[in-house]
Amino acid sequence: MKTRKNLPLIVKYLIVAAVYALFLLAGNLLIKNKVIGLYYTKVLMVVAINMILAVSLNIGTGYLGQLPLGSAGFMAVGAYASAIFMRKVPIDPKLIFPVGIILGGLVSGLFGLIIGLPALRLKGDYLAIITLGFAEIIRIVILNIDKALGITLTYGAANLKNIPKTTTFTNAFIWVFIACFLIKAMMNSRHGRAILSIRDNEIAAESCGINLTFYKTMAFVVYAFFTGVGGALYAGYLGILNPSGFGFAKSIDILVIVVLGGMGSMTGSVISSAVLTIVPELLRAFSDYRMIVYSLLLIIVMIFRPTGLMGTKEFNPRGIMDFFMGRKKRKEER
Amino acid sequence: MKKIFAIILSAMLLLSMTACGGGGEKEAETIKVGILGPHTGELAVYGLAVRYGAEMYFKQVNDAGGVNGKMIEVVNYDDQGDATMAVTGFTSLVDDGIVALVGEVTTGNCRAVVDEAYPINMPMVTASATATSITYDEETKTVFKNVFRTCFIDAYQGSKMADFASKELGAKKAAVLYLSGDDYTQGLAEAFEAQCKEMGVEVVAKEAFSKGDKDFNAQLTTIMAANPDVVFLPNYYEDDGMIVTQARALGIKCTLLGGDGWAGIEKYASAADLAGCYYASAYAAGSTAELKAFEEAFVAAYGEDYLNMFAATAYDAAMVVVEGLKAAEAKGAKAGEEDYKQAVIDGIDQNAGNVKGITSPSGYKFDEYNNPEKDVVIMTIKDVEGVPTPTYHMNY
Repeated sequence: MKTRKNLPLIVKYLIVAAVYALFLLAGNLLIKNKVIGLYYTKVLMVVAINMILAVSLNIGTGYLGQLPLGSAGFMAVGAYASAIFMRKVPIDPKLIFPVGIILGGLVSGLFGLIIGLPALRLKGDYLAIITLGFAEIIRIVILNIDKALGITLTYGAANLKNIPKTTTFTNAFIWVFIACFLIKAMMNSRHGRAILSIRDNEIAAESCGINLTFYKTMAFVVYAFFTGVGGALYAGYLGILNPSGFGFAKSIDILVIVVLGGMGSMTGSVISSAVLTIVPELLRAFSDYRMIVYSLLLIIVMIFRPTGLMGTKEFNPRGIMDFFMGRKKRKEER
Repeated sequence: MKKIFAIILSAMLLLSMTACGGGGEKEAETIKVGILGPHTGELAVYGLAVRYGAEMYFKQVNDAGGVNGKMIEVVNYDDQGDATMAVTGFTSLVDDGIVALVGEVTTGNCRAVVDEAYPINMPMVTASATATSITYDEETKTVFKNVFRTCFIDAYQGSKMADFASKELGAKKAAVLYLSGDDYTQGLAEAFEAQCKEMGVEVVAKEAFSKGDKDFNAQLTTIMAANPDVVFLPNYYEDDGMIVTQARALGIKCTLLGGDGWAGIEKYASAADLAGCYYASAYAAGSTAELKAFEEAFVAAYGEDYLNMFAATAYDAAMVVVEGLKAAEAKGAKAGEEDYKQAVIDGIDQNAGNVKGITSPSGYKFDEYNNPEKDVVIMTIKDVEGVPTPTYHMNY
């Protein structure tokens, strides 16, 4: 067996970025030449949004080992914050959109901090319930705040309209990259290992001097931030927002993606958001039976792969190389 | 070796899947019309009513030889009531080559689709989205000229009732008692007042109450002192039931009018109090021969579950679409080109007045905001052996 040198980290990152840029370029070319129709472009944009939402929920469930069900709430906060900003600012929406997205993420992250500090003292079911309640509160507040305060901000049930439609294939997938990259970097760092250790054994982690509250809240805020980013992209994709779109079912949809992909695997979340968004569209050929087929698919996957498609494994370019070259699997490093 | 073989096989499988998606083009001359709505999920009862109502009419047109000898091909897309899917669904229908759309069903999703349809000038007719914002955006002052509907907007019944009061009942003085802080009731009250001014009917009293009020005597006393010929109550049946009872007890003898929020009022007031009152509605089952024929055919084809108002308005929506298609075909425009869509829109705009709709025998006209001017059904409440019974009065 050959000995392999490990490439410096920065070179690795550059290679990954270059490969991803190529992917974006190829995607754009295909869209421009109508190889990918407008319909599939839209589906791909939804895939990208779902990827961001799933990858960020994966921090809360997979890495932190909690069960937050507030995705719809954070998404709503991000979507509305960014949409209101985009509507008010008189600059070219295409230029200002990144600011809108980051703003959506920050506002959502702030809410994550406010909710996270008290909520993370709870565990398991209780955390699930409190985040679920939070999401519902957000939805009801957005629905009624205009009437209660006599302002026009969210337009409640009358829909927030005329949001610039600035989400494109390119910027959606750039944000997928940013989200995955930052989360991956965080998880590889000291902070990430602290979060993982909390998941594996809280008492042991605490006795090693890890600040439980700090790391739990940090993970939760990052989760809220990127969910807000996803929400902002959703607003820019749809152009119209209604509080009823951010119900309980939305949180569950995203949780299903994460669970199917494998809790704790970012690759799993990415793959399963693509699968769970595209498969229902492909199944339209079966017309009314597609609901049954879709549910059966979920059940079958859960029976044969109870840990999800990827378990806790991650995609590793080197693993693929080994697979092709017929090399023996390297031992798990961790 | 085995591994490589497996990879090649799976790649081939993937390729064949995409090939299936792309192929299968038909060369036969058909006109494709899309139907978009929630065909599954909690809103399915409306979505399917719209779908079946519209499909039934298109089928009848095809049985009679189609439009200009071409068959209408319906392309359905189920968006499960989800706004995201409504938008992707619409795009999918456009990629499929539709020339007109029936849908979307709910106001919010419909507006999301309008935002997509307006830039590409795709003709669309909705059978159930009642909000003004569907065809007119107040912020940007844009009228969506490609969007039509066969249901009336909420406020429209208010002005129709003012017309009815003036022309049919000969009222000279009118009063209004409405629930404040509610878009629906306020819209109706304002439209009624405006139309009264137009018709030379004096509005002698305009009183409001708040949500949850149970005692209306203060407002009713003011109204009684003004001595109106009619009182318009554009609220929901629970409130209006109480108002009617209290008004009669107080001694207000004049005719009382309501909007379609009155459907179900017979359980909230007595026959003696309600007898001779009128309210507006979109659809009275079995009231005309055309409606009876429609209902029979609908039940025979799809069962009773989905026979409701939206099935009837969707049937009319399909009629309006076909009217547009006829105009486009007569012009000789080619499907898939910009001219065709514009021809359909122009056709609907100009010729929809000739459509003998089942909910509007006098046809559909569209005003400057593309809101339909169509018949309203006036229901009267009769005292049938002590039971208040809403009965069909006239198409107005």
